[in-house]
Amino acid sequence: MRRNRAISSTLVGLTRALGHALVSEHVARQPGLLQALDPRVRVVGLLALVLAVTLSRRISVVLAMFCAAILIALLSRVSLATLVTRVWLVVLLFTGVIVLPALFLTPGDAVFTTPGGVLRITAQGATTALLLIARVETAVTFTTLLVLTTPWMHVLKALRAFHVPQEVVMMLAMTHRYVFLLAETASQMFESRQSRTVGVLDSATQRRVTTRTAGVLLSKSVELSNDVFLAMQSRGFRGDVKILSEFRMRAWDYVGLMAFLAAGGFAVWMGRS
Amino acid sequence: MIPLISVFAAFSFVLMMFNLPLPGGTTGHALGVTIATIVIGPAGSILAISIALAIQALFFGDGGITTLGANCFNMAIVGSLVAYVTYRMIASGAAITSRRRLVAAAIAGYLATNAAAFFAAVEFGIQPLLFRDARGVPLYAPYTLGVAIPAMMIGHLAIAGVAEAAIAAGLVAYLQVADPTLLQNTSGLTPDSAAAHPQVSQKSLRKLWITVSLFLLLTPLGVFTAGRAWGEWSASEFSNAEGRARIAASSQNQPAPAEVPLGLQRLSTLWTAPIPAYAPPFVRSPSLGYMLSAMFGVGLVMSLSLAVQSFLQRRRGAGQPA
Repeated sequence: MRRNRAISSTLVGLTRALGHALVSEHVARQPGLLQALDPRVRVVGLLALVLAVTLSRRISVVLAMFCAAILIALLSRVSLATLVTRVWLVVLLFTGVIVLPALFLTPGDAVFTTPGGVLRITAQGATTALLLIARVETAVTFTTLLVLTTPWMHVLKALRAFHVPQEVVMMLAMTHRYVFLLAETASQMFESRQSRTVGVLDSATQRRVTTRTAGVLLSKSVELSNDVFLAMQSRGFRGDVKILSEFRMRAWDYVGLMAFLAAGGFAVWMGRS
Repeated sequence: MIPLISVFAAFSFVLMMFNLPLPGGTTGHALGVTIATIVIGPAGSILAISIALAIQALFFGDGGITTLGANCFNMAIVGSLVAYVTYRMIASGAAITSRRRLVAAAIAGYLATNAAAFFAAVEFGIQPLLFRDARGVPLYAPYTLGVAIPAMMIGHLAIAGVAEAAIAAGLVAYLQVADPTLLQNTSGLTPDSAAAHPQVSQKSLRKLWITVSLFLLLTPLGVFTAGRAWGEWSASEFSNAEGRARIAASSQNQPAPAEVPLGLQRLSTLWTAPIPAYAPPFVRSPSLGYMLSAMFGVGLVMSLSLAVQSFLQRRRGAGQPA
């Protein structure tokens, strides 16, 4: 029986987001290839690969980079099952739906025509669809590898090392912190509402429940921000942010950096059209 | 402001996960940009939504990293500004608890979502024109404007816009009852709302002006150093030998096409800017002209903002009996 679908699917979504973050924390603590590299090298290296995937214009090169991503994942103890469920299937479904019409709509040489000639798949359409899917799959795999193997605070510290303004880094850090708090608060509110609900709510009531929950969450958020600001002030915050940075580059890190940049550059070079 | 923006970024992030049942049996997700704009103002909302999108892209891998800039532009900047202007124009002069504010929030949410979607659709739609290989294979988004705009807009006009409108109006209704002070910031009603929400200080404004003036003064450097920014060629440069040599030199010695590119020729006759090639004809020195043009550009933007501000202030004055 479909009961209060919107509320329960919101609950599932919130729980899943929290769950994903826990997996990341777990994988980041395992010993592995990426984990052994300085976080700054990971950030620059994997972003360089993402950029290279975006700039490559040949499917073969993008597929080769996809294989490289799988290899890096295995060496970094990221389970392929995680990648399959978190990245590959989701991207395939999402991007697949988007590019499906491109098979037929892209003008070009027909390679397949349905009986009656209603629909025809063009070679150009098939290539662009494949290229798009392969590119998105590979780029998202690289990003996910970065996120899975690097604690969020290290990503932020690495951003700070690249002179991203400290206010921005601080906002990213605080937002990340409060996403979990607010997601948990929201899911508790939905859960308690659901446990007090008998029967099926009509759509209008569900909408009202959701909006009111959002409203309470908004009030709580503003209250929270005031509390946090007062707490910061009482601890001597005067507007400038200090972040400890104890990263140190070792020989191995330089090797890794060179390898990433060389692979990225090579892929862009090979992927010229 | 940092904690307020961070918490609002987190709030919009969580709000994006809410499934909102819509009339007709579907469910939609709201963006949260409208309520953020109404409560903390457009500047704060631009920052908060950008931070939320960055976290979504970086941490949850839900949006591409390379598309983050476009996403921030469409949703944070376009969304916040459209929401702000719409809300202010419709709700101008209305009391905090007025029903007009609900209508204003709903329309602002609907328009902001659809404006953001429209910008995204145009960005998708021009990609096949810009990036395709020799066989005509589109290298990035495959759909032309004729396909991208309807495809993006139908979903947003029918579902996402409605979800944003419903959540914005619902939240404003909730705040009118539960916490009306949160609606003060963009209401345009009380001039002393600065007490509740810290505004930009005079000191930081002065810093901003100094920076802007410095950049204005630095603009001629562009003329002295690079000659011409790559890609900023005029049609006439393709037709004289010196111009062609300069284009070739800055394009890794790839020779420039012998003919003026057709598109450029067409565009340059179609659109004649009020100030041709950045410099008014009466100014002989190119650097001075460039600088004057920069000042003119900044001045134009500033006077537009001042005009909007004074218009809003006048509306506010008219709406409030003395």
